[in-house]
Amino acid sequence: MISVRGLTKRFGDNTVLDGIDLDIRSGERVAIIGPSGTGKSTLLRSLNFLEKPDEGTITIGPVTVDARRLRVAEELALRRQTSFVFQNYALFANMTARDNIAEGLITVRGWDRARANARAEEILATIGLADKAQSYPAALSGGQQQRVGIGRAMAAEAEIMLIDEPTSALDPEWVDEVLQLLKRVADARQTMLIVTHEMQFARDIADRVLFMDGGRIVEQGPPERMFSDPEDPRTRAFLRKVL
Amino acid sequence: MRPLDLDYMLGLVPVLLKYVPLTLAMASVAMVLALLLASLMAIVRVMRVPLLDGLTQVFISFFRGTPLLVQLFLFYYGLPQVFSFLTAINGVTAAIMGITLHFAAYMAESIRAAILGVDRSQWEAARSVGMTTAQMMRRIILPQAARIAAPTLVNYFVDIIKSTSLAFTLGVTELMGAAQKEAAGSFLYFEAFILVAIIYWVIVEALTVVQRQLEARLGKAVAR
Ligand SMILES: Nc1ncnc2c1ncn2[C@@H]1O[C@H](COP(=O)(O)OP(=O)(O)OP(=O)(O)O)[C@@H](O)[C@H]1O
Ligand SMILES: [Mg+2]
Repeated sequence: MISVRGLTKRFGDNTVLDGIDLDIRSGERVAIIGPSGTGKSTLLRSLNFLEKPDEGTITIGPVTVDARRLRVAEELALRRQTSFVFQNYALFANMTARDNIAEGLITVRGWDRARANARAEEILATIGLADKAQSYPAALSGGQQQRVGIGRAMAAEAEIMLIDEPTSALDPEWVDEVLQLLKRVADARQTMLIVTHEMQFARDIADRVLFMDGGRIVEQGPPERMFSDPEDPRTRAFLRKVL
Repeated sequence: MRPLDLDYMLGLVPVLLKYVPLTLAMASVAMVLALLLASLMAIVRVMRVPLLDGLTQVFISFFRGTPLLVQLFLFYYGLPQVFSFLTAINGVTAAIMGITLHFAAYMAESIRAAILGVDRSQWEAARSVGMTTAQMMRRIILPQAARIAAPTLVNYFVDIIKSTSLAFTLGVTELMGAAQKEAAGSFLYFEAFILVAIIYWVIVEALTVVQRQLEARLGKAVAR
């Protein structure tokens, strides 16, 4: 269960998130769409405090945090309820594919190395990269790196996976393999909040689509209705452009 | 021009080589201590730890802004007059202390630059996984910063080796001090000092070879 109330973020006098309210059920897969610069990434990054929101409360699983009274311990607790997939993969450059996946299990969840390695190798097999266990990120293609990034997020077994434009940094040839992997993660009913410009993909995997504009959630609903019969003129204008 | 006294030089080689271990030991101890201190100061500066950051800046400014020789004299001859518990300090210890602090100040700035040179995405990824700041530093940021800083740090080690020759001004008979004593006895200054120069040169060249191998190996893991 994720519950967000009045989430607000300003950069100087630019209000990037304007009092966001959002509830996500366990197992729900939510896609965020919207024009560039409307705060989609900032919303995701605020949910795990990569960006410090100015106001609002965030509940993820058993952890509730008030942005105005934030302590370091709460910040860490909240991050441990979330996993994050970055647009630019952001794999640990000093670690092999396997260690990228095992690292959080060891340092954050306190597993011993043997158990973490075994789990990382399981995940590598799942994402089809068993033979790349000892490769460093620099030696992997963009698509392979992003699959390891997703594997790292899977290892966390977090309450919610936050995914920011997972394919927009990829060469077209690698997009499919990444989307297919994400589809499998979604099929396993991992709760996810994904920002994407891939409308077909959003339609395929999402239980609900949010349209954001100007730091607010303008409209939301099941993908069938959102894509075929949007109510708000801004949603219509946006979809006309991208579909 | 008088001819070189080659026999004298050859005879001097084994005498001076006996002091190489002391030179290397002083340099190695100073290097390790300076690395530790510099890493701490670099982290303090990057994290902008209140109070400590200011103190660190003053420390760095002082030790970079004054000559090493002055610092060594201050430690060895000066401080014991003010703090009597320091009177027992010997020349070797004073030299190591002075060289450590002096080079720590320089190395702190290179390590800081290297830490800031680690891509922002690495910090965010570490945070997103749920690491504490200490875990992030130890597991992700410092290992990558070390690779960035390695060539510069090896250069500082070369400087440190050469700087240990200043210890002779504190009455330490190390490589330079030994050459000085020999020359004073034989009056063959050129022979003694060209020989000591060659010995330093060979040590530093050997280190440069190690450095190249190290860089080739580290380069493989970080090549993008
Ligand atoms: N660190 C920052 N400092 C200042 N302004 C920022 C910062 N990060 C984002 N912004 C601003 O916040 C607004 C929202 O940015 P955000 O990245 O959340 O948009 P987005 O919806 O993800 O856009 P895109 O589709 O291009 O990724 C933009 O106007 C951006 O310029
Ligand atoms: Mg974005």
